[in-house]
Amino acid sequence: MARRTAYLGMFTALAFVFSYIESLLPINLGIPGIKLGLANLVVIVALYTMGVSWAFALSLVRILLAGLTFGNPASMIYSFAGGMLSLAIMVLAKKWKVFSVTGVSVLGGVFHNIGQILVAALVVETAGLLFYLPVLIVSGTVAGVLIGILASILIRHLNKMIKEGQNVGKET
Amino acid sequence: MKKNDVILAAALIGIALAAFGGAALYSQLTTKEPEAVVRLDGEEKGRYPLSEDTTVEIRQEDGSYNILRVESGKARILKASCPDKVCVSHRPISRQGESLICLPNRLAVEIENGAESGIDASVLSR
Ligand SMILES: [Zn+2]
Repeated sequence: MARRTAYLGMFTALAFVFSYIESLLPINLGIPGIKLGLANLVVIVALYTMGVSWAFALSLVRILLAGLTFGNPASMIYSFAGGMLSLAIMVLAKKWKVFSVTGVSVLGGVFHNIGQILVAALVVETAGLLFYLPVLIVSGTVAGVLIGILASILIRHLNKMIKEGQNVGKET
Repeated sequence: MKKNDVILAAALIGIALAAFGGAALYSQLTTKEPEAVVRLDGEEKGRYPLSEDTTVEIRQEDGSYNILRVESGKARILKASCPDKVCVSHRPISRQGESLICLPNRLAVEIENGAESGIDASVLSR
């Protein structure tokens, strides 16, 4: 339990750093407030190493922290919609067992963007925003593949570390 | 990466490209006498034909503003009070369905087809 809490702390810090990097990137998808979802990397890793509830906790803490630090209430709503929809889809996709980490990450990336655009369309009451959907699906897929490859490497190493850590724990 | 992952990524990109092509073709074919429609909080504030060059200042009670420029058949935001300036950096729009969005100011400018007759263009209160 204590070790898990330590991992959660570490993951939260990492996700925070990713959110910060993302807030600095001048990537403009044409829709205000919408981000690529780099912090998704940490959420996926948490999902595969620590389980669903920890991934949700991490995701919520990350959105709150990042929103309060370098966002505004509006950007927080997008992060929340994108983050929660994406995580819900990833949990389902992981259970489905048809895709590996990369496929799950791609679905997460795409639905991250879909969640955000839906909220944006509601806020400005403009269905025309849905014209951006194709661009967002492509960017979500590309980001998802990259994040997925990175995540599968991290997950392999972390699971090894966690196992070794448990063995060390048993010896002492 | 498994085979299924590759299929998924390829399928998503395929769908997106098809949707993009379809939407572009559709708006190209159906754009007629396009107008820039300004909305605040979803409420229509004015319509400006793209065929006439004009500059419109959309100022709100709280002092926030966006300056819309219509020039050579395209619309763009020239200046804005919003902190992120996403609306200003957006490329000019000209085809039906395209939009300029300023979320901080809750402003949307969309390209729509003009009605053939009797446009009741409401004048913006300055
Ligand atoms: Zn703006």
